[in-house]
Amino acid sequence: MTTYTLPDHKGHFGPYGGKFIPETLMQAVIELEDEYKKAEKDPAFQQQLKDLLKEYVGRETPLYYAENLTRHGNGAKIYLKREDLNHTGAHKINNTIGQALLALRMGKKKVVAETGAGQHGVATATVCALLNLECVIFMGEEDIKRQQLNVFRMELLGAKVVSVSSGSGTLKDAVNEALRYWVANVNDIHYILGSVMGPHPFPMIVRDFQSVIGKETKEQFFAKEGRLPEAIVACIGGGSNSMGMFYPFLEDEEVKLFGVEAAGLGIDTGRHAASLTKGKPGVLHGAYMYLLQDEDGQILEAHSISAGLDYPGVGPEHSYLKDTGRVSYESITDEEALEAFQLLTRLEGIIPALESSHAVAYALKLAAKMKKEEAIVVCLSGRGDKDVPQVKARLGKELES
Amino acid sequence: MNRIEKTFASLKERNEKAFVPYIMAGDGGLDSLQEKIVFLEKAGATAVEIGIPFSDPVADGPTIQRAGIRALKEGTTFRGVLSALAEIRPFVSIPLIVMTYVNPVLAYGMGKFIVDAKKAGVDGCIIPDLPIEEEELIARMLEDSGIELIRLVTLTSPLERIKEIAGRARGFLYAVTVTGITGARSGFQNELGDYLKRVKSVSNKPVLAGFGISTPEHVKEMSQYCDGVIVGSKIIELFEQGDLKGIENLIKAANSFQSV
Repeated sequence: MTTYTLPDHKGHFGPYGGKFIPETLMQAVIELEDEYKKAEKDPAFQQQLKDLLKEYVGRETPLYYAENLTRHGNGAKIYLKREDLNHTGAHKINNTIGQALLALRMGKKKVVAETGAGQHGVATATVCALLNLECVIFMGEEDIKRQQLNVFRMELLGAKVVSVSSGSGTLKDAVNEALRYWVANVNDIHYILGSVMGPHPFPMIVRDFQSVIGKETKEQFFAKEGRLPEAIVACIGGGSNSMGMFYPFLEDEEVKLFGVEAAGLGIDTGRHAASLTKGKPGVLHGAYMYLLQDEDGQILEAHSISAGLDYPGVGPEHSYLKDTGRVSYESITDEEALEAFQLLTRLEGIIPALESSHAVAYALKLAAKMKKEEAIVVCLSGRGDKDVPQVKARLGKELES
Repeated sequence: MNRIEKTFASLKERNEKAFVPYIMAGDGGLDSLQEKIVFLEKAGATAVEIGIPFSDPVADGPTIQRAGIRALKEGTTFRGVLSALAEIRPFVSIPLIVMTYVNPVLAYGMGKFIVDAKKAGVDGCIIPDLPIEEEELIARMLEDSGIELIRLVTLTSPLERIKEIAGRARGFLYAVTVTGITGARSGFQNELGDYLKRVKSVSNKPVLAGFGISTPEHVKEMSQYCDGVIVGSKIIELFEQGDLKGIENLIKAANSFQSV
């Protein structure tokens, strides 16, 4: 592969991406891009970010060789990149710290964010508490019901959580409301988008802040094995943990990259969140990307057991990487993810997030097809404590029936 | 000359201000669309903006969102709206402007959209999530067909950008009057008059103010600074309440406004 330089100056990844937003927001995204370019070259900003990631978030996170899981898979060695060990329990904080620092640089004292499972909301509320920023979080009313504890957590941290009842009351609708709120308050608010989606420059900025995952992985794996891994697996909702993991490996063509979408009840049931596998390109939330939509261009509801993957689109860069074939996009059902959730918990004493369980499930399938001397790195994007009540309810029901 | 240009030229001759109401196609069923458009024309509307519903309308406030959801529940489709307009066109002579989002247009297919919109006698098109940076996707094909892409400027657009957008304007320039989404509200930012004057001074196309305009007083206030107004959420509410008199009064406020 030649040098990878996307997005282009207009924020496109091939045909994907761009800035499909109301005119009122244009100046804000142009300013954000300018400020980000300055911050990128500012050693003081980079140092501050690095220090916070080390001292506050707890980076670097371990690259853990999961020996028991490997034995169970009976194939390639499985390593886990432990993003679950970050402060707040997921990779989300890598991005929120970076963006909150950008907000401060732009003189903005207030931020808005959307959240699905609540992980991005908690990570945003956390940095806002730390950096003394006012914080408003939009969350779908269905997700609020599913993730009561995260709502309370955000409130404890000082955030105002606003319930969104429009549409399907999930992540997609929370993004709509956050965008509307941003339109109305654009002069003094920064929108901390939580994934590699939205209008340019968000997909680039979020990828860059998350790429610490892939950079560390590359060094850590080399230190342990003296080479690059044969394969990398990460789950995809909007696609931020996977993009952060994949990005530093894009030019290393010998490393196979696998993105795992949520197949929900099954890829052919119409009840899934597999935008790349089953969707077609269109425009939502500011970007041209693969979307679950009907033939009239109306956006369909996504379904996944995991609230964090329950989104009908996928970042523009993933859309591009699907078309070029650099990344293979696979899918895992609710059932398979639940199984992997329990398996990793029992075999390694690590309770993974339901999102990350999709990646674990696929890695096990993949490992079985690979040689024992080969290795897979799984991005374990978050811990599963938030999912324990839901898993309990689900397994309890299964035991009864 | 496009029907929009002709309409504004004759408006100028009569020294009158424009009033463009917005309605959501399919709200109350597509069967009611003709009745509404004919009523609006009779009441003195300069043109009618017809919304084609989209599941995720980020530029719209609660009133238009709800109207869109009602329309979608009625089974309203892009194709259905265009064929309804084709049937209505012989009965009305004012410009018809469709307002929708990028995704429904892409899903319908640009080529097909232009052929069918042309057939339906559509004169203009407003797409609020299509800033000038992305417009090449749609603009050229649209303009080659004689359907005007109506562009928007906002309170947050710097002067240089307003000039750039005004330079590309076709039909008329839509000056958004609030920093926010559509929907009725009580007051406007103080600098609004200056902003509208600024937009007017750099535009050689008519400038229409829209977003948040909901009373005859607003209509008059805005009309001092520009060539007329667009009213959406309030029109939808008045239709919902069956208050046709209220709609006529709003339109009268623009029609009776005389430039000094």
